[in-house]
Amino acid sequence: MTLSFREPMASPVVGSDTSVAPLAGSDILVCDTTLRDGAHSIAHQFSSANVREIARGLDEAGVNVIEVTHGDGLGGSSFNYGFSAESDIELITAARGVIKNAKLAALLLPGIGTLDDLKRAHDAGIDLVRVATHSSEADISLEHLHGAKKLGLETVGFLMMSHMVGPNRLATEAEIMRDAGADTVYVVDSAGAMLPHQVVERVEALRERLGDDMPIGMHAHNNLGSGVANALAAAAAGASIVDGSCHGLGAGAGNAATEVLAAALDRSGARTTVHTLELIDVAEDIVARICAGKLPQLDRGSLLLGYAGIYSSFLLHTRRAAERYGVAEAEILLELGRRRVVGGQEDMIIDVAIELSGVSLPD
Amino acid sequence: MSLRCAVVGSGNIGSDLIKKLQRSTLLVPTLLVGIDAESDGLKRAAKEGIETTHLGVDVLLARASEYDVVFEATSAHVHALNAPKYAEAGLFVLDLTPAAVGPYVVPAVNLDVVAQQRNLNMVTCGGQATVPIVAAISRAAVVEYAEIVSTISSRAAGPGTRANIDEFTVTTSDALRRVGGAKASKAIIVLNPANPPIMMRNTVFAAVPADADPQAILDSIEEMAEAVKRYVPGYALVSKPQIDRGAGPGGTTKVSVFLQVSGAGDYLPAYAGNLDIITAASVAAAERYAELRD
Repeated sequence: MTLSFREPMASPVVGSDTSVAPLAGSDILVCDTTLRDGAHSIAHQFSSANVREIARGLDEAGVNVIEVTHGDGLGGSSFNYGFSAESDIELITAARGVIKNAKLAALLLPGIGTLDDLKRAHDAGIDLVRVATHSSEADISLEHLHGAKKLGLETVGFLMMSHMVGPNRLATEAEIMRDAGADTVYVVDSAGAMLPHQVVERVEALRERLGDDMPIGMHAHNNLGSGVANALAAAAAGASIVDGSCHGLGAGAGNAATEVLAAALDRSGARTTVHTLELIDVAEDIVARICAGKLPQLDRGSLLLGYAGIYSSFLLHTRRAAERYGVAEAEILLELGRRRVVGGQEDMIIDVAIELSGVSLPD
Repeated sequence: MSLRCAVVGSGNIGSDLIKKLQRSTLLVPTLLVGIDAESDGLKRAAKEGIETTHLGVDVLLARASEYDVVFEATSAHVHALNAPKYAEAGLFVLDLTPAAVGPYVVPAVNLDVVAQQRNLNMVTCGGQATVPIVAAISRAAVVEYAEIVSTISSRAAGPGTRANIDEFTVTTSDALRRVGGAKASKAIIVLNPANPPIMMRNTVFAAVPADADPQAILDSIEEMAEAVKRYVPGYALVSKPQIDRGAGPGGTTKVSVFLQVSGAGDYLPAYAGNLDIITAASVAAAERYAELRD
């Protein structure tokens, strides 16, 4: 499919300045994950009706990829990560019914979702799957990337917690995913722990190792307040697709806000297919209304996630455990950081909370 | 008389098994089968005076009458190919891959199945750690849904585990129902790359009816943990099991159980509890087979 990139829009108010726009001449794709990562903010309670309304808005506003799944991917509905209001397949089916131009994506974490889950998602109409592993564990994605290719799906290798390994190691893991069939590889700052210079180092290392033709993506969280800046830095360093979610919905302090990102890409001179003003309306009139009272904030808990490098999805689980066991949220988060807990280990939150509350084993 | 044991697969699991068989009074390791002459496992076993071959499973099949027990420590795909050959040769097989060709055996729950079947599956490391707890809860209440999370150190996950992530989750989940007695189930596996490596951790969640007796559940869990500890010394509850009324789906009671497995340090260090629990369980199963044969 040929995409029609439009020339960047000037800000309606600010006059043009004389500096050269850093992304002038770059075509940048936008992936919106409001209906996947954003689901963390509302404890995975999106309904099919919500999905239809949001996905239609995103599609009409011209985003390129729309991701719809439980926040922890296919099969994520569980005690450990929270039960969804409706199944992945129901939500994907709802999105499929309204999306005309964008690609419909699902997330899959090997160890949580299975190839059977992927087959059902494929039958429900996804175009693309993002297979996510911890940044040092790419080799557990082979079964799923191969399987996705066999189903004829477009594939993304999604290297979570990219801050935990250096640029060279990340490039090695990216190579494993590319060799297994990933069409695009992502630098994923799951903990919102990276600053622009660290994003640049990693994107450049991937670019050097994977060559000029391999698309590279960036998924940013806003725990250190640099979500949009990180996405822009990635684009300037050679990433050609960036993630966001409306109103920054998402784990921790949330993702880079897609509508802010679209505006910032415009102001940076990038060419996109997004109609920025329409997307701003989707964020404000649809997403903010559906998720009222639950929009993410850069508060103490989410700042600590970024500061200590902890998986953003832990925030709301930690908040609940802190209340249940009468322990400070910050104490639990910092102890999780000390234990080098990684994405998926949400069960350790209760464990740490129990330990900090001083409840001992019966004799 | 001691049973003569052949181990197929000279990776981490096979090498750990050899060590445990050497300690058993009922079992003797007499052959280690590999496919790579340069593998560390084959070299170590040869040094210990155990016969080794790098020519694969045909060597074992050609002399099938010399072995009483075969331990399959390859991968799910390889076992699927080998299983019919073992059956034809009349061999008794304990399968440590998640192939699940034969029925499951979890020693603390259904050990005597070894008397009835010639090919038994050891589920997975996570299954050996968590199925007993689900079975314990099932003794005290109806388990509407059981879910487990196994976290293992990245360093203790060999190529077999890495290539078989789906088989791990599917097989473990199946055993939670078939052996654990849960009506529905889910299994999750997480690899943690931290250095120094973390101990194997397992969490069991179960949804039971709101009127279930909490004390009966807690007592049954403790008793079961003791039973597992008898053949896996590093198996332990790390916190008091939690019982939360109304916290499960549809107003059910949520039971949460936190477990750690530290390894015996036979082939890999103590962090490899995942390795230890499945090899220890297979040795317990083979020893029971030896007792029942006598």
